[in-house]
Amino acid sequence: MSDAENADLETFRSETRAWLEANCPPEMRKPATSDADVFWGGRNAKFASEPQRIWFERMRDKGWTVPDWPKEYGGGGLSAAEHKVLRAEMAKLGARPPLSSFGIWMLGPALLKYGNDAQKKEHLPNIAAGLIRWCQGYSEPNAGSDLASLQTRAESDGDDFVITGQKIWTSYANYADWIFCLVRTDSAAKKHDGISFILFDMTSKGVSTKPILLISGYSPFCETFFDNVRVPKSHVVGTVNRGWDVAKYLLQHERAMISGMGERGVGRPLGQIAADSVGTDALGRLDDPMLRGRIASFDVDEAALAACAERAVDLAKAGQAHPAFSSAMKYYGTELNKRRYEILMSAGGVEALEWDSERSKQGARPRAWLRTKANSIEGGTTEVMLGIVAKRILDLPGA
Amino acid sequence: MALVLTEEQSMLRDSARRLISDKAPVSHLRHLRDSKDPTGFSREFWHSFAEMGFAGLLVLEEFGGSGLGYVEAGVVMEEIGRTLMPSPFLATSVVAASALNRGGNAAQKSEYLPKISNGSLLATLAVDEGAKHRPLQTSLQAVRAGNGFRLSGAKALVVDGHVADLLIVAARTAGAAGEREGLTLFLVNPKAKRVAIERTIMVDAHNAARIELANVEVDADSVLGEVDQGAALLDGVLDIGRGAVASEMVGLSEEVFNRTVEYLKSRKQFGKLIGEFQALQHRAAELYVDIEITRAATIKALQALDTDVAKAASAVAVAKARAGTTATRAVQEGVQMHGGMGMTDQFDIGFFMKRARVCEELFGDANYHTEQLARARGY
Repeated sequence: MSDAENADLETFRSETRAWLEANCPPEMRKPATSDADVFWGGRNAKFASEPQRIWFERMRDKGWTVPDWPKEYGGGGLSAAEHKVLRAEMAKLGARPPLSSFGIWMLGPALLKYGNDAQKKEHLPNIAAGLIRWCQGYSEPNAGSDLASLQTRAESDGDDFVITGQKIWTSYANYADWIFCLVRTDSAAKKHDGISFILFDMTSKGVSTKPILLISGYSPFCETFFDNVRVPKSHVVGTVNRGWDVAKYLLQHERAMISGMGERGVGRPLGQIAADSVGTDALGRLDDPMLRGRIASFDVDEAALAACAERAVDLAKAGQAHPAFSSAMKYYGTELNKRRYEILMSAGGVEALEWDSERSKQGARPRAWLRTKANSIEGGTTEVMLGIVAKRILDLPGA
Repeated sequence: MALVLTEEQSMLRDSARRLISDKAPVSHLRHLRDSKDPTGFSREFWHSFAEMGFAGLLVLEEFGGSGLGYVEAGVVMEEIGRTLMPSPFLATSVVAASALNRGGNAAQKSEYLPKISNGSLLATLAVDEGAKHRPLQTSLQAVRAGNGFRLSGAKALVVDGHVADLLIVAARTAGAAGEREGLTLFLVNPKAKRVAIERTIMVDAHNAARIELANVEVDADSVLGEVDQGAALLDGVLDIGRGAVASEMVGLSEEVFNRTVEYLKSRKQFGKLIGEFQALQHRAAELYVDIEITRAATIKALQALDTDVAKAASAVAVAKARAGTTATRAVQEGVQMHGGMGMTDQFDIGFFMKRARVCEELFGDANYHTEQLARARGY
């Protein structure tokens, strides 16, 4: 980077810091503690609080719900270096993301790469402005880790496809406005070669959803049913029967998103949270040496992973990233998040066992602990991720 | 700062790699060990290293050095780790040079740094006394005597101690073992009276020595930094050494890993390549991820050192702790996956296991650095 570019970046940094300081409401400067604290957008979206609305609207108006998307699609048009600065400054302030959405994390990047002009113009600005909430129609009852064996059919009928089948583990399908969905458009072809990636409105005739009650007591996932749903062929992203390329590209972004879950490096150190319930000894150390050791090892690994996530972005920017590296990060990040919650449960002891009370915020901790168990399953299991690393990065035989 | 090497750093890596893999592959270490080489490294090669500007890599140009930073030192250490080359680079060019850079007065710098840069002076830091790395436990006594001090006590694991031309000795001028206050660094001539140096033959066939000082007289000019206030200087120098050793361990881990993956792709049992077995694939994949994460943490630590040594402690603790556990895992899996071959001296893998064990103890093991992080975070 030249000196002039560096100087520009430093100007951007100080302007960004000042703007965030002036515009991020204090309430939005602490970590979200429940799903209600997260703004997902969509046709039926409601703001949980006035500060949440203000923060969202200010960021949206700057294009900073999607800082690195082109301005013509409602993005901020930031370079990779500027985006990194914005993220760092937001992290410094503890500022929450103003808008969370599968449109931002998953569909948007896929549309930017594979979508045609009309699709980009129709969907990207609505994602950036939080007007449409998306869900992901990938897994099926018999297509989990072996995703490409999916059987939801799309029959050609004039200018339309007619879609029939069932999806499962569809996150927030019951709140979503539109779905990006994998369907089989050629049942005679080999399993990877007959799949198409298609978009449709969840209010279409023939779509129904049924929430699945999980061990956490919550229902973030649904079964989603399609009964002769009619979708224009123009809604296919990329080429018909080449949807697997789009699906895989999107999965890389999904895995990067999941590996980034968890409150990494924000808020109080885990050891201090543990001290609230466990207590400290005369030297001020956590009064449980074994737990203290576990937490310290966790902190080492968490800090190292944060460095690796930062490096992954830098490698991508430098054109040196391996396309399958997000699988490596997904494996490690999810296993680490599970470790975090095992530690939190252990540290909380009896206090972490209460399930249904004001005092326990409706069992926030045990429910979150149980929720993390899905991290290493959703978006590709740990075992599938390790298989991808072995095959695509290490080039091991027969994997 | 991006956590990837710049173009200049990549070029440095390439030239270090060419030089080291050409002149000092693992067979070089094997030869030094088998011939019981009295020096423990190749002086001839050290001079070509100096001519390339590596010996004075961290020394400012005004003292004949290259004026580069800790990331660059880490780049060279990583290449050293790949072939396990015994070299004065760590003790002299990284640790001792940093001690003089950071603590030396004008006279000390101009006396020693040019000689370090041209490869004519070997130096080392003597800090550890007990079985484990506990710098604050330093109890080697320095008592005032006339215009100077008299030093008494013993040091262990002094890297290159038997060939060094200059010892930098951590001593206690006040306070009790365990206290920060009262530590002082001294420049000691190893040929001075009542200095006894015993070379210790180590498991990894790299240089180390035990040193005993029995009322060794030094003058006031030999104090490096300030009397009683040496802890901060020592912290910084040790952190620089830790970052460098972490880099060596990253290079070592990656080399063992690459050799092991190649073996998985060539060794057949039950009629197939053993790399086809999922039990081994998943372990190899986990190890790959461990190494990548540790590499990132190590670059992060070196960049933090380049930014401000005094504020890099936590990043260094993370890197050295990770490097220890990752290298340990890498060499264990290396031997296990090579099966019986991994147990033979004829095969190189054992050399990596032995060096990893020594690197783990050098400047604090994973437990030590994990503990440091816990203290820094206040729990």
